[in-house]
Amino acid sequence: MMFSITVNGRKVLADKGETILSALNRNGIKIPTLCGMKEFTPTGACRLCVVEVEGRERLITACSHPVEEWMNIHTHSPRVLKARKTIIELLLARHPDECLYCVSNLNCELQKLAQELNILERRIRGRKTKIRLDQSGHSVVRELSKCILCSRCVRVCEEIVTVTALDFVNRGQKTHIGTSMDRDFNFTSCINCGQCINVCPTGALHEKQHIAEVQEYLSNKAYQKVVQYSPSVPSTIAQMLGIKPSRDPESMLNGILRKMGFDKIFLTGFGTDILVEELSDRLEKKIKNGETGSLYISACPAWVKYYEQSVNDLPGELSTLKTPQQIMGAIIKSHYAPAAGLKPQEIYSVSVTPCTAMKFEAARESMTTRGICDVDAVLTVRELAKMIKLYGIDAVETEGEQADEPASLKSSAAVIAEVSGGLAEAVMRYTSLKLSGNDPGRKPFKSLRGTSSFREAEPEIQGRKIRVAVVDGLAGFAKLKEQISSGKQYDLVEVMVCPGGCVNGGGMPAPASKEEIRNRARLAYQNEETDPVQMPSASPAIFNFYLKEVKQNAKNPAGKLLHTSFVKRDVLL
Amino acid sequence: MKKVSNPIDEILGRYKPARREDLIPILQEIQEKEGFISEQAIIRVGNHMKLSTTKIYGLATFYDQFRFKPKGLLHLVVCNGTACYLNGAGAILKKIREELGIEPGETTRDGRFSYDVVTCMGGCSNGPLILVAGEFLTGVKPEDITSILGSLKKNTTSENI
Repeated sequence: MMFSITVNGRKVLADKGETILSALNRNGIKIPTLCGMKEFTPTGACRLCVVEVEGRERLITACSHPVEEWMNIHTHSPRVLKARKTIIELLLARHPDECLYCVSNLNCELQKLAQELNILERRIRGRKTKIRLDQSGHSVVRELSKCILCSRCVRVCEEIVTVTALDFVNRGQKTHIGTSMDRDFNFTSCINCGQCINVCPTGALHEKQHIAEVQEYLSNKAYQKVVQYSPSVPSTIAQMLGIKPSRDPESMLNGILRKMGFDKIFLTGFGTDILVEELSDRLEKKIKNGETGSLYISACPAWVKYYEQSVNDLPGELSTLKTPQQIMGAIIKSHYAPAAGLKPQEIYSVSVTPCTAMKFEAARESMTTRGICDVDAVLTVRELAKMIKLYGIDAVETEGEQADEPASLKSSAAVIAEVSGGLAEAVMRYTSLKLSGNDPGRKPFKSLRGTSSFREAEPEIQGRKIRVAVVDGLAGFAKLKEQISSGKQYDLVEVMVCPGGCVNGGGMPAPASKEEIRNRARLAYQNEETDPVQMPSASPAIFNFYLKEVKQNAKNPAGKLLHTSFVKRDVLL
Repeated sequence: MKKVSNPIDEILGRYKPARREDLIPILQEIQEKEGFISEQAIIRVGNHMKLSTTKIYGLATFYDQFRFKPKGLLHLVVCNGTACYLNGAGAILKKIREELGIEPGETTRDGRFSYDVVTCMGGCSNGPLILVAGEFLTGVKPEDITSILGSLKKNTTSENI
């Protein structure tokens, strides 16, 4: 039911049950917020969204207060503006004032608000928050002195990721965001997904940057510099650089990467094709032998760590296949290198991904061959965008180029694999094609697409029903466990830790609304429909290189190349 | 093999699993029994409550009553309530920190001393107060601290540690 309220002297329509903030936003009135996140219950912690309501003695928070018919609201009265300004001044009183040397410089909500509220002098002086830098993890760095205690990371980690590696520790002045027993991050249950980075309004949480290292190697002539990137990277980079959508982002990115000094450019999507090929082999065997228990896809490195530390009572197995990035990494150093007349240690291998957990993945011991890392450095999309600017590359004036053989092509299976549910769909279609000789199309897998955190489908292959489950964000994992304990069995299970899949990864430009994530997924599915190469087997890279050189290579068997091992993790859960 | 029952498991056995409202009483009981809340205790409580250890640690650190390191052989409770504070408890705390080299809630390396700060022990007219080994020291002055700690030290032989 709509009714009208008065805002700043004008009549404005509001809906019963909504908050003051949502009514104001719908009517084009902007209110600053710091602790608020869409799709989360408001906490009213930062007090920045306060407004003046006539008849109320105190200012009230717009984000948490329901709108009522009698209200006469002032959103930018002198009293309100003074309150907001003071809040930011108080936050700044404890802040380290290191904006010029901060990762989030020019990309910081606190900085933006200080500028918007016209804060030009230090009116309040406070004792600075004690400096504590935690860079013990491979993916996420915490800088506690920059934290403003908005609790967004705590809520994301608890409600979306469901790992709860962060919480408020201590009380009053000593309050800070900490981990269990206040340990450093590498001892905790953090699975490196990076969702906390995407919501952090300041530079208190950010990825462990590999920019400086990559930069150093790019100018080193003793190495051949090889780069691989995930399918969602080109369009995201184009968007971040403001390139017209009419240009092919992939060939443009190839041109940019060559200008930066990379010698060879490969597609991580080729690794995904190999993964799909191998996974469907495994599934085929499973179907033929009539094995029970689920096969869990291991393409999400955050999920793999979660499985290692927390999952011990589920029937079935975690596939030992590496992630696409690591498959490519292994192929680059053990197949491409000898073919190019190079030793593995003469190659510097970089990967660009939308994922922060891939940094952790690349550093695992099982991802090395004779002490040499398969992938040497991992850049997030954010870091690559920074580097493109650093190297002064004008993307508009960059000509399109092709990626390099043998991994210059990918099928559309690799594109949709970055959307939650996409990889399961691709594996199922491919398995079905291999077993029955015809492609079942997209229709049987329609229920795997969508936004709910747990989805399932029962496609039929040669008269046998195959049960597939998709866990979209770990919040859906509880649902899976519930289904399994109620007696349901699944043949194939795909788990993606980030809701929406890799297109909403912790290394993507933040923040993304649900609408935007849906758009990214839609884009991937659209690309898939127009792509002539829909199956890995139709990709020339697969039948020219992979089948000949890797799969049927007796001298250098695929086993160690494509498979990894897991460890039991002793962390504080 | 002889089965050794763990005091923490014994406490947890008396509470139904996964009931959040029991968390503080459980932690209080463990502290009473063990003198502090260990990492092992937090892990066990987490398993019992189906809660992340981060949540339990976060909640426990909110309250002054919980400590996470074992107490020293001699545990000092220093009052910093309003009356004691006005009579100079701040200077006493500073002196203790200097002498022992530890913060409240911590224990010296030799395991001899630990101290906590509380907000009132009900002896406001005799402040500043320190409670040690069951005895109240009244009207403590900062310059007394060195000799108090010295005589306490003398009375505990290394065998006690």
